[in-house]
Amino acid sequence: MNMEKRKPSKRKLKVEMQQQEIEVRIRNFNEVPFGYSEEQAIEEAKRCLQCKKPKCVEGCPVDVDIPAFIKLIEDGKFDKAAKKIKEKNSLPAICGRVCPQEDQCEKVCILGRKKEFEPVAIGRLERFAADWEAEHGTVKVPNTPPPTGKKVAVVGSGPAGLTCAFDLVKMGHQITLFESLHKAGGVLVYGIPEFRLPKKIVQREVDYIRSLGVNLRVNSLIGKLYTIDELKGKYDAIFLGTGAGLPMFLGIPGENYNGVYSANEFLTRSNLMKAYLFPEWDTPIKRGKKVAVVGGGNVAMDSARTALRLGADEVYLVYRRSEKEMPARIEEIERAKEEGIKFMILSNPVEVIGENGWVKALKCIKMELGEPDESGRRRPIPIPGSEFMFDIDLFIVAIGTRPNPLISQTTPALKTTKWGTIVVQEDVPKTSLDGVYAGGDIVTGAATVILAMGAGKEAAKAIDEYLKKK
Amino acid sequence: MYEIVRREVLAEDSDLFEIYAPEIAKKAKAGQFVIIRINETGERIPLTLADFDAKKGTITLVALRVGKTTHLLGTLKAGDEILDVVGPLGNPTEIDNYGRVICVGGGLGIATIITICKALKDAGNYVIGIIGARTKDLLIYEDKLRGICNELHISTDDGSYGHHGFVTDVLKKLLDEGDTIDIIWAIGPAIMMKFVCKTTESYKIKTIVSLNPIMVDGTGMCGACRVEVDGKTKFTCVHGPEFDGHKVNWDLLLSRQQMYLNSEKLSFNKFKEKIRG
Repeated sequence: MNMEKRKPSKRKLKVEMQQQEIEVRIRNFNEVPFGYSEEQAIEEAKRCLQCKKPKCVEGCPVDVDIPAFIKLIEDGKFDKAAKKIKEKNSLPAICGRVCPQEDQCEKVCILGRKKEFEPVAIGRLERFAADWEAEHGTVKVPNTPPPTGKKVAVVGSGPAGLTCAFDLVKMGHQITLFESLHKAGGVLVYGIPEFRLPKKIVQREVDYIRSLGVNLRVNSLIGKLYTIDELKGKYDAIFLGTGAGLPMFLGIPGENYNGVYSANEFLTRSNLMKAYLFPEWDTPIKRGKKVAVVGGGNVAMDSARTALRLGADEVYLVYRRSEKEMPARIEEIERAKEEGIKFMILSNPVEVIGENGWVKALKCIKMELGEPDESGRRRPIPIPGSEFMFDIDLFIVAIGTRPNPLISQTTPALKTTKWGTIVVQEDVPKTSLDGVYAGGDIVTGAATVILAMGAGKEAAKAIDEYLKKK
Repeated sequence: MYEIVRREVLAEDSDLFEIYAPEIAKKAKAGQFVIIRINETGERIPLTLADFDAKKGTITLVALRVGKTTHLLGTLKAGDEILDVVGPLGNPTEIDNYGRVICVGGGLGIATIITICKALKDAGNYVIGIIGARTKDLLIYEDKLRGICNELHISTDDGSYGHHGFVTDVLKKLLDEGDTIDIIWAIGPAIMMKFVCKTTESYKIKTIVSLNPIMVDGTGMCGACRVEVDGKTKFTCVHGPEFDGHKVNWDLLLSRQQMYLNSEKLSFNKFKEKIRG
């Protein structure tokens, strides 16, 4: 070991990650950044201070041993680096791409606190390690402990369900993973676009989890095909990770005209159903020339950038507050702007104008910011008489989603909040029903991939303890 | 994969598929539907359950060949497989002993109305069936319905069989003749359901329809199937598919069904070229 001799590099800024040229990428669905080369990864890894008390690990919702895996990259042990991450995180290639690192591990990185220094590019390094492992074919199925004989049903194969299934199968339990769509992955396959998260990466992670013995059942809508009570009869425990998949609309006149989509529909058509490959693939999608997207989150950015790639000349992002209040990741906001998405801030749609059944124009009102509301952000207030109108041929509503009520409707004994989220105990993610646990967006309301994964992990632990006592 | 165990041509351009899907067959109830995807590049389309048999483990679907997907489906034979079938979706028909009931079926809606007639009859209702088609050769399930309904009335647009005209003419005549009718079901093309509802409105008889908008996931996730009922937006897949027909905004439904007309033509033409080789 030469730990004493190691000196971190003095480089102030992260090693840049090469990406597709803007003019090229706005007309294709390929991933925007190319990822680090081995040399670049090692150079970036050298910036890590290898803190004795690493703050970054505390900042990670799934406690990845970040300094350890970065050291392995620095030493050229890429395969071991990936394995190190996988001890805690079952989906590193995904997290390296879509985690909001700037609010988690990288936010608290000690290096980033130094004047003029950027934090270590932990996300890019995580992505590098995972991709390297996948490309070089060293993915190994870990040894699982002897079977416990306990059966667990995991409902929903999004980030929460995948993580929960992964952890539980590694503990020796027998897992059936139910998914209502025809492909596993939840929001990772229907929501996040190809250019941000290639679907073959999701498939790779799903295949890996299946290789551990998880029985994946697609086309199985729980609440309809089986009720929770029926599952309780067949399984020793249940995890509900059904997400927040119900789209919200604005409730303004004209919202049902042709050419008005929920972001969920627009993205599902494009991502899950591959409508961007129509007519080679059969699902059609409306390709707008002048597009408006309402919302300020990552989903709004994804919708705007997808519309652009489908051939739009102009895409407007309409948001009722200012850019500062946008919930989207800064990186996503910057990418959208780079690509030419026009931000129409402090504006709110009030009416969709139609012609012959199709959207024709959008009428908005100007807003100003008042006192902070319960979310801590300044409340937007309409300015009377400030209405304005502009022509569009496609309108996408990306103002959020709510939990799908299918399971709670068919399970009266399951306690839910007035927002439709499932109530769990404060100490353990256990619902009001014995042996039934829940986590992810179905508990918190719409949040991030990594938080859902953290919840899946926590639930797996709680279920394991419950099964030991049973 | 879901195996087709029986395939029948019901009438010109109308196919029947009996599919092995034991879990769905066990859970299915009258009025519900499934979503299918034929192959990896296929689109998801909703099809109403025309029958289900828990013992045999099969469900029965009928489809009218109109575009690429339904024509592709029409090329499949017994023994072939469909990649994805998900269901049962939507809320079942609310079956009760209402008294005297009329069930109107048009075109392929006749196949769907059978399960509802059967359930209503079993619940003790006096069931009057009215079925109609463009011409005699397109009229399906007459015998089957005769065995279920207490009365069966028939119309064809061209007068080749039964009443010369529309199902609404027969319906109006029955309503005018005076016997009280407690509730009506109407299932068929949107335009037929619209005019049935227009007919029954003045008689103030509750009329239930099964809506058939474009869908994607069928689980409440996308909102493609939104319709306006009583001035409010509803998702057909989770709030329906059956609604009070007097409260439905029919023109909106008819307009939204046309949303992809150009794409559908393009896709179908490409398919036809490929078939011709």
